[in-house]
Amino acid sequence: MRGGQGTTRAPVLQFTNCRILRGGALLREDLWVREGRILDPEKLFFDERRVADEQRDCGGCILAPGFIDVQINGGFGVDFSKTTENVGSGVALVAQRILSHGVTSFCPTLVTSPPEIYHKVLPQIPVKSGGPHGAGVLGVHLEGPFISQEKRGAHPEAHLRSFEARAFHDVLATYGPLDNVRIVTLAPELGRSHEVIQALTAQGICVSLGHSVADLQAAEEAVQSGATFITHLFNAMLPFHHRDPGIVGLLTSDRLPPGRCIFYGMIADGIHTNPAALRIAYRAHPQGLVLVTDAVPALGLGNGRHTLGQQDVEVDGLTAYVAGTKTLCGSIAPMDVCVRHFLQATGCSVEAALEAASLHPAQLLGLEKSKGSLDFGADAGEAPRRRDPAKGWVRAQVSGSSWFLAP
Amino acid sequence: MRLVILDNYDLASEWAAKYICNRIIQFKPGQDRYFTLGLPTGSTPLGCYKKLIEYHKSGDLSFKYVKTFNMDEYVGLPRNHPESYHSYMWNNFFKHIDIDPNNAHILDGNAADLQAECDAFEKKIKEAGGIDLFVGGMGPDGHIAFNEPGASLVSRTRLKTLIYSKVPTMALTVGVGTVMDAREVMILITGAHKAFALYKAIEEGVNHMWTVSAFQQHPRTIFVCDEDATLELRVKTVKYFKGLMHVHNKLVDPLHSMKEGN
Repeated sequence: MRGGQGTTRAPVLQFTNCRILRGGALLREDLWVREGRILDPEKLFFDERRVADEQRDCGGCILAPGFIDVQINGGFGVDFSKTTENVGSGVALVAQRILSHGVTSFCPTLVTSPPEIYHKVLPQIPVKSGGPHGAGVLGVHLEGPFISQEKRGAHPEAHLRSFEARAFHDVLATYGPLDNVRIVTLAPELGRSHEVIQALTAQGICVSLGHSVADLQAAEEAVQSGATFITHLFNAMLPFHHRDPGIVGLLTSDRLPPGRCIFYGMIADGIHTNPAALRIAYRAHPQGLVLVTDAVPALGLGNGRHTLGQQDVEVDGLTAYVAGTKTLCGSIAPMDVCVRHFLQATGCSVEAALEAASLHPAQLLGLEKSKGSLDFGADAGEAPRRRDPAKGWVRAQVSGSSWFLAP
Repeated sequence: MRLVILDNYDLASEWAAKYICNRIIQFKPGQDRYFTLGLPTGSTPLGCYKKLIEYHKSGDLSFKYVKTFNMDEYVGLPRNHPESYHSYMWNNFFKHIDIDPNNAHILDGNAADLQAECDAFEKKIKEAGGIDLFVGGMGPDGHIAFNEPGASLVSRTRLKTLIYSKVPTMALTVGVGTVMDAREVMILITGAHKAFALYKAIEEGVNHMWTVSAFQQHPRTIFVCDEDATLELRVKTVKYFKGLMHVHNKLVDPLHSMKEGN
């Protein structure tokens, strides 16, 4: 006998014999899913008087929320900033391939580009739900062009811009409509940045500080204006100094608005950040750490030489060099490798490592009710299992945000 | 009565679970023949529930044809509150076994008409054919369910005001009379803090100040205790019933299993 009002006939799936990441701990609990959402089985039992239609034994696995990558420039030969034709299929390819890294949602990232590129490309990358076809697109991350000339890194100098003249109007003129934009990285020392940060924040866009020579005070003011993220901490900013900690000092600043948590991206591939620096940041402010790949198009291409646009790249394991040199040209560590490396380097708990790649980015983007966790009501999905013995993880292609991991 | 005395809490819990297991299996429950079980909450029965879950997980015991009726529930506490008895039963028992949710009955402390809810509960028990085995616990003041000292020994399911509890202040509870109607009653009593109440309940007279004493007048009651709970009894009483353990143990040994194709 089925009771209750408006009970759906959709099948209820129960994952048994597993540990689930919930509330910051790994609990020995079953995970219940219906129609792409995590279900409260107690409510199901007492209110609807139903049991599961199908049970799946997870063999002692950990079930974790899908990873969220908020900084990824491309992969598998695709460069989000260079493709102007067929951007959609490039994004779709990356979205499909990163599923096997555990990423179920991401922000395709565009580096400093001329306005024509933004106007052409942005409309072709709409926000899209994930599924077995690929990770969901949460919105685009625009890294530049409003950044510091001195700290531009690999960004092309010719296309750097300022918004001193007309503040937010300059921003709109450069990017075009902001509908598909989720994060903007800018340098707060640029004139009128406060107006811009406030305007972007008012539109629901996350403002991140990066590629900047700002001192701590400028950074704090930017946070007070609405900035909530730091782009790849330590890289492309002033180094920590004990009398002026710069942007890095935000991790322990006492001048942030009450209740505000500052999040910061870290590339934990073992190459771009020294493990000791990673540990310093983690110990100073563990709740704000967000793992990002900042992956470049060489991600996933395998060892050997590849031609990417104008560049020849040599891939050797987790390192990508400009061909024929020892110059690093971007990160290529997949997210699950970053999570494992982060776990090893910091000695943190498995729960903390998983949260750094799921819960924290979800909190950064204000999505924690539906993504980044296995709480009741969060997004979940069907999970056909696929074993990947080479990497020692049992993987599942999942739509939405749920995922299997077995270290 | 049978007074079954085991050395410690774990052994007492196991004995009780084995007894329940055997009773269910020997009853041969089926499609048209459900075994009805009354169930308690609190810390005492936790060990017993754990063992029952073990027997279920090993495939020896199924609750598919078992109907359960819990003794009580707080009034006004949200059903999913961690202190509610619904939460207790879900987390400690129901979620680990194969009982049909339609057969797991717990009083609804948030019903619009509380007395009607109590009356409906009595009716459900009747419609289920009465309770085959009512398992209960006993408080340090000798109460069963929320039938505190002074509660009528012929009471039925009703609303009770709680004095030892600040919040919540009221609960719905089966009455002493409700439990007395069961064909068999098993009371679990463990711990030295229960010893005095056990003495009052079985060595003194039937008295509404120690409501568990009502079961002296029930034809089939088993008290399952650990050594500590017997500390206030006469040596004579304890020796007598310990001397009967070889008889008591025939009820749990052999331990039956549904795997035998019962």
